[in-house]
Amino acid sequence: MAVPVLSAMLFTPLVGALLLLVVPRERIGLIRWLGAITAFLVLLLTGYVWWFVARSDPGEMQLVEDVAWIPGLNMRYTVGVDGLSAPMVFLAGLLTMLSLFYSGFTVTERVKEYYLLFLLLETGMLGVFLSLDLILFYVFWEVGLVPMFLLIGVWGGERREYAAIKFFIYTLAGSVFGLLGILAVHFQTGTFNVLDAAAAAPFADNPTWATLAFWALFVAFAIKIPVFPFHTWLPDAHTEAPTTGSVILAGILLKLGAYGMMRVALPLFPERFYYFSVEVPIITVMALMSIVYGALVCLAQWDLKRLVAYSSVAHMGYVTLGLVAAAAAWHGLSGSDGGMFDAAAAGLNGAALQQFSHGIVTGAMFFLVGMIYQRTHTRELKAFGGLASVVPTYYGITMVIAFASLGLPGLIGFWSELFVFRGAIRLIPVAAFIGVVGVVFTAGYVLWKIVQNMFLGTLDRQRWGELQDLTWWERLTLWPLVLLTIVLGVYPAPLINSFNAAATTLLRALGQR
Amino acid sequence: MRELAWMIPVGPFAAFGLIALGAHRSKGLSQGLAIAGIVIAVVLSQLVFLGVVIDPTPERVPVANWYTLGTERAVLSTQVDPTDAIMVAMVSFVCLLIFVYSLGYMEADRRSSRYFAYVSLFAGAMLGAMVSGDLLALFIFWEIMGTCSYLLIGFWWERESASRAALKAFLVTKVGDLFLMMGLVLLYAQVGSLAYSDVFDPETVRRLATTPYIGSLSVASVAVLLLFGGTMGKSAQFPLHVWLPDAMEGPTPASALIHAATMVSAGVYLMIRAFPLLSVSQVMPVVASVGVVTALYASIVAVAQSDIKRVLAFSTISQLGYMVAALGIGAYTASLFHLVTHAFFKALLFLAAGSVIHGIEHGHRHTFGHAVPAHVPEPDFSPNDMWKMGGLAFRMPVTAATFLAGGLALSGFPVLSAGFWSKDEILAQAWNASRWVFWGLVIAAAITAFYSARQIALTFLGTPRSKAAVYARENKTVMVVPLIVLALFAICLGWVGIPHGFPLLGRIVPNWFGDFSSLSLVGLADTLGEAGHPEQVALPPLVFGMVATLGGLASGWWVYGRPAVTGATLEHDPLSQAMARLRLGWLYRAAEQRFYIDAIHAAVVVGPTLGLAKVCSWIDRKVIDAAVVKFGRGFGEGGRIAPVADRVDRKLIDAAVVTFGKGFGEGGRVAPAADRIDRRLFDGLTEGTGLLSSLVARIVVVLDGGVVDGVVNASGFLGRGLANLSDLLDGSVLDGLVRAVAGAFGVIGRWMRRIQTGLLPDYLWNAFMIILLLVAVLVMFRRI
Repeated sequence: MAVPVLSAMLFTPLVGALLLLVVPRERIGLIRWLGAITAFLVLLLTGYVWWFVARSDPGEMQLVEDVAWIPGLNMRYTVGVDGLSAPMVFLAGLLTMLSLFYSGFTVTERVKEYYLLFLLLETGMLGVFLSLDLILFYVFWEVGLVPMFLLIGVWGGERREYAAIKFFIYTLAGSVFGLLGILAVHFQTGTFNVLDAAAAAPFADNPTWATLAFWALFVAFAIKIPVFPFHTWLPDAHTEAPTTGSVILAGILLKLGAYGMMRVALPLFPERFYYFSVEVPIITVMALMSIVYGALVCLAQWDLKRLVAYSSVAHMGYVTLGLVAAAAAWHGLSGSDGGMFDAAAAGLNGAALQQFSHGIVTGAMFFLVGMIYQRTHTRELKAFGGLASVVPTYYGITMVIAFASLGLPGLIGFWSELFVFRGAIRLIPVAAFIGVVGVVFTAGYVLWKIVQNMFLGTLDRQRWGELQDLTWWERLTLWPLVLLTIVLGVYPAPLINSFNAAATTLLRALGQR
Repeated sequence: MRELAWMIPVGPFAAFGLIALGAHRSKGLSQGLAIAGIVIAVVLSQLVFLGVVIDPTPERVPVANWYTLGTERAVLSTQVDPTDAIMVAMVSFVCLLIFVYSLGYMEADRRSSRYFAYVSLFAGAMLGAMVSGDLLALFIFWEIMGTCSYLLIGFWWERESASRAALKAFLVTKVGDLFLMMGLVLLYAQVGSLAYSDVFDPETVRRLATTPYIGSLSVASVAVLLLFGGTMGKSAQFPLHVWLPDAMEGPTPASALIHAATMVSAGVYLMIRAFPLLSVSQVMPVVASVGVVTALYASIVAVAQSDIKRVLAFSTISQLGYMVAALGIGAYTASLFHLVTHAFFKALLFLAAGSVIHGIEHGHRHTFGHAVPAHVPEPDFSPNDMWKMGGLAFRMPVTAATFLAGGLALSGFPVLSAGFWSKDEILAQAWNASRWVFWGLVIAAAITAFYSARQIALTFLGTPRSKAAVYARENKTVMVVPLIVLALFAICLGWVGIPHGFPLLGRIVPNWFGDFSSLSLVGLADTLGEAGHPEQVALPPLVFGMVATLGGLASGWWVYGRPAVTGATLEHDPLSQAMARLRLGWLYRAAEQRFYIDAIHAAVVVGPTLGLAKVCSWIDRKVIDAAVVKFGRGFGEGGRIAPVADRVDRKLIDAAVVTFGKGFGEGGRVAPAADRIDRRLFDGLTEGTGLLSSLVARIVVVLDGGVVDGVVNASGFLGRGLANLSDLLDGSVLDGLVRAVAGAFGVIGRWMRRIQTGLLPDYLWNAFMIILLLVAVLVMFRRI
């Protein structure tokens, strides 16, 4: 077998963490360098992996490693990457790298533990995106949970313990359901491999069990995304988490849920997904509630960080809506009507793009929130005003990110919205028309709440007159995200082609069942 | 030459990029880049225009592979037909003039680099929208234009009113854009592509027109209705017009460029583009009604305004209504013609108004001596208030003359103005198509002429009504030259489109515009009705149109110009006084308040939305989250599940454990044993490791001292050099090894003791280590 690139990538952060163990805690400089270098190596590897996948065939699993793990229980160590996971892997590598770089200048307490946890977290996140074995998937899912719990609980804000415990228990409760679903699937199909299990169509003739197993998996992922009404842990977790914690939480951890939907819930139970999207449209209603209700709640927030947190609920609602659009076309996937297939592909692509772009945009947004909080020690929107003339660079970057957040064409957030609605209008037009209302509300809270309250209007010179603009390292943290926002917004082909190849394969497989 | 089309927007975009990336530090460089970018665009536009004149068949030119979605491949392309050629030629030229004018107008502003970056971005987006070959690219550029509009309206963001106006503009147009986007995705889903050549393919159009979608409405009708939503937002059609008057908070050249000449007409352009679908849809009457209502409403409101720019803003809305109404009766070329002439004369009017404002500001500074920085709000002084002007004709002669040319064009003064010809064409076709549209537009024309006369009289005639007006003076050349150029166009441009049937002139001058622009529809000739052909000229509409225009101008002059107005506030408006005498004062006030449409918006849309937002936020905290927390706490000490579980735990399980465990207790049998094991084994182990390490150390030392030394000494024959070497090895290596081993034991011992500290973080730490171990085991497994 060739070089096990994926394993190397997966365990590089662990090696870094082990090395950190032997570094004395007083050597803060060394710890920071070690952490940053490890993250940078991982970033290079993730970049290589995406490039490799894009160059070969993003529609098929690449770089697969498959070894027996616990043979008696049929558990295998199977990892692989395709066009759906490669960009997400890269995103995880990028945001971790930027977070650790930024932390190098901002984190001063318990530095060693902080870096250790972060690297451990990275392994967990990468593992979820790479696992093809459901148990392995579950293990990595849980591995990511503990470090984030500690990051919130130790380095968080005032109510950090409440938020951390809420986050932990809520997600843990969800993943217990997930494990039950996985086991149910295993008992039916005899395999833990997600691709084989999907091909075996578990519980195809037993709707009751199919429903139970489907909802078990769905709830696990829905809590993580989070979908209304499972979202209330998110505002607390985000508000109390340290800046980088919020970045990773919004940027990657929420995507684990979305990715799980795409990789596990939809391929395993397309029929149930269809049923609960169209026949009994519970999921559709949940998606629409996330979008419209989430955006409305944003409109009522005056705490900047809380607002951005709620905006995640609204934005991730588009992911769910895209999945619903894809599932709605389930009956027509193999039919002669090519329009059905393209509608499903548009929905799935939209969902995948939305999770990627939301990672970039909201990641940047949380960095920006953290940067202003560090200077002003307030997140109260009413406390600001007219900052545009004091911190022009900060203003400029925020504007780009804000416009990307509200889906301005030419920036990364646009494509996903377009594709989600393109997919949705074919089969669930009513949902599409309700969901699109969220776009106006989004524009409302981004431009009114954030931009106008913070940057426009008259400046309180006494209070903010001496506010410092972005430092070089803050710029360096933000530039890659801004660059991706613009470049992939103008020319989204690398991203879309990657996702589309995988989405087409996935939908073809569903059509053949 | 049409292959060059994709390069037209590149110049301004590059200018924007360079200014944004660093050129903004130098004001001169920024200005130079912006001008250079637009000059390149002008040159290329003229080349492309020539190319289309030579060969007007539209042709799709692929630019780049865009993306593949499912099995649909999207290609970024350009397509330039006569309509586009006319549009790019007009837009780039007007942009150039306004850029030059801005050099003077924005000179004193400290953010002028930013201004030039924004207008360059805007120019690129507008030109891009015109040359693009599919609706998706059009939409992308359309939204970028909207963003530029937002940024420019809020350009002086320190002003609360400016930032609010910007927000309003963005959100209101966004509402329209939502419909547009849904229209696009509907077409996308139905056709599988958004390229003009696919969507407007005659076969596809026929299919869309015959496929029912909602009830009896065809897909084409629904799609057009949705696209028209975008037009209503962008082109400020009633009731989505509310943003445009407020948009005048931006710099005046930006108002001229974006909110009068170019961007706002993009909505009309979209409808012209979608005309193949519009013409086969069932919703043309809707379009026509919206246009007529808008034209009438805005012209009436314009009569009662006192801000010089607001009057022009409402007149823009009204004229856009004209164009939309023309589309609604199928008068496609007439609408385009009016769009082009309007762009020139409205740009002219705005720039001239800007010149007036600049002059008044100069007069104000002159009067009050102190250096008032430009554009800083002063509560009791507005340079835009027409009641504070008067008599400027002699102080600003060029501005006055050019404003007059623009005003006459707006009113449609016969023959000698561009507006006459385009308006006449719309009226002529309305006469044939629909009488009520015709009469609506004639009335609007009369009112337009009336308020034009009012505006000219209030601004330029009579005597100055304020100190600032007394000391106003003409602006410098860089601002005046664009006015003169635009004035020439406002007078002469109409002559390229004189209908063949016009008395006398029609036989001499060819109708170049009508002939050329109607070539855009060559492929669709069979789907179009009579209305597509601008040839029939009947005498009645011409006469009614002229009567309306001349009557409006004359009565306007009679009310405001003949005895010049002397009062310096709105209350002195002769019209309002006359209406008050007729007990119609309420009507005048309602018009002044825009018939309360803004208030209705606030009460019906904004208020309820924000209320709903608060309710949702409350529900989120007090219902959903509270339920979650309560459910979670149910497991906790105070909850309901916990006590039960607790009781079960204590009475059942614990009891068993306790009974069983008593055996382990102090008096029991197991405990002492366990204690002994504990002390002997584990403690012993811990101490043992320490002991062991010291033992090992001691042994090694003994070995070291006794054996090794002995051996070394004994083997004296090895010589001194070797002995020294051994000594060296011995001292640094062996000793070091021993110390390291002993040290390691010590560390492990201490660490093991620390594990049992009873602190939560430490246990978590242990959990973490266990997970690490788990992963290590995983790694080992996969190696096997």
